[in-house]
Amino acid sequence: MHTQLPINQITKMVKGKSPRRIVAVVLRLAAAAAAAVAAVIMATSHQTIVIFGVEVPAKFRYTPSLVFFVAGNAAVSACTMLVLLVPAAAASLAARLVLMVDVALGMVLAGAVASAGAISDLGKNGNSHAGWMPICHRVPVFCDRVKAALIAGFVTVVLYFLLLIHSILLPSVSMNI
Amino acid sequence: MDLEQGKKAVCRVMQLKDKLISLQSVLRVAALLATTAAAVVMGMNKQSYTAVVAIIGTRPVTQTFTTQFKDTPAFVYFVIANAIASGYNLAVLVTRRLLQPRAQSLAVHLLDMVILALLATGSATAASIAELGKNGNLHARWNPVCDKFGSFCNHGVIALVSSFVGVALMLALNLLSAAAKSPHSNVSGQ
Repeated sequence: MHTQLPINQITKMVKGKSPRRIVAVVLRLAAAAAAAVAAVIMATSHQTIVIFGVEVPAKFRYTPSLVFFVAGNAAVSACTMLVLLVPAAAASLAARLVLMVDVALGMVLAGAVASAGAISDLGKNGNSHAGWMPICHRVPVFCDRVKAALIAGFVTVVLYFLLLIHSILLPSVSMNI
Repeated sequence: MDLEQGKKAVCRVMQLKDKLISLQSVLRVAALLATTAAAVVMGMNKQSYTAVVAIIGTRPVTQTFTTQFKDTPAFVYFVIANAIASGYNLAVLVTRRLLQPRAQSLAVHLLDMVILALLATGSATAASIAELGKNGNLHARWNPVCDKFGSFCNHGVIALVSSFVGVALMLALNLLSAAAKSPHSNVSGQ
């Protein structure tokens, strides 16, 4: 009975609402799902190779930017889900608070994707001026995983942007449920 | 009595709106200064030093090592993003008087968000590369460079801090616009 409760709640919320509210709910769910997927893919990226008889691991934990990526996407996903499942009246105060939180979370998300992208570019191309050699040819599986996580992160940012535009341009109806 | 109370309420709302507009102007001027400072400081960031690399016979062979912001794509993006943000803030401040306040608020609000995203990504990228330059990464055999180029790193940190202040101010501007949004603003057909 307890596991059915959220599904019943969501069905009750969606039934009989205008298409704009359904679009808002769908956008929010998609953004939360994409953020969760990005965090999970990045968190499970690791590869161990052998160089000269020594085992050299490559994990996302070794780079602070990738750790920030995982943490940021997980936090954004959790917060988006929380906002969705909390029934808020169509009062203007709650709607504005949610919009402000959305703006701040979107900024954090953009920063996380950007910093992870910078480190990945460094890993793929290196920087000859600083004497930093590229590492992707040695750990291709790790690099592919990070690339997939970055793509998921970009999709999350685009979905969040669409959600914000929807919230701003259609204020009185997008703040749901 | 009711009419007077109604008039007083309207008066208070108008005073609040005026305070809001002046607060937005102050924040925008501060953000303009912060982003301009960040772009200029990072744009003029350059350091070189000469070191002896070999001794042939009795003659020392020297080489000059130079580093500038153009060597790192992240810093190039940082300078460009801050320049765009400061140019946008200047344009909005200059054209405030020409457009009506209501027509301006929605377009400016949306553009504000785009510029905020641009600034946030630029600062985050530069910060991650700067952290790497300071601490290096042992696992990837990337050595830190800040011990050799101390002045370059210091100027970079100043530019980064200024840019983060600009990001915070732009975020405050955005939150103000979001909080002050009237629920009937889309009725006027913008």
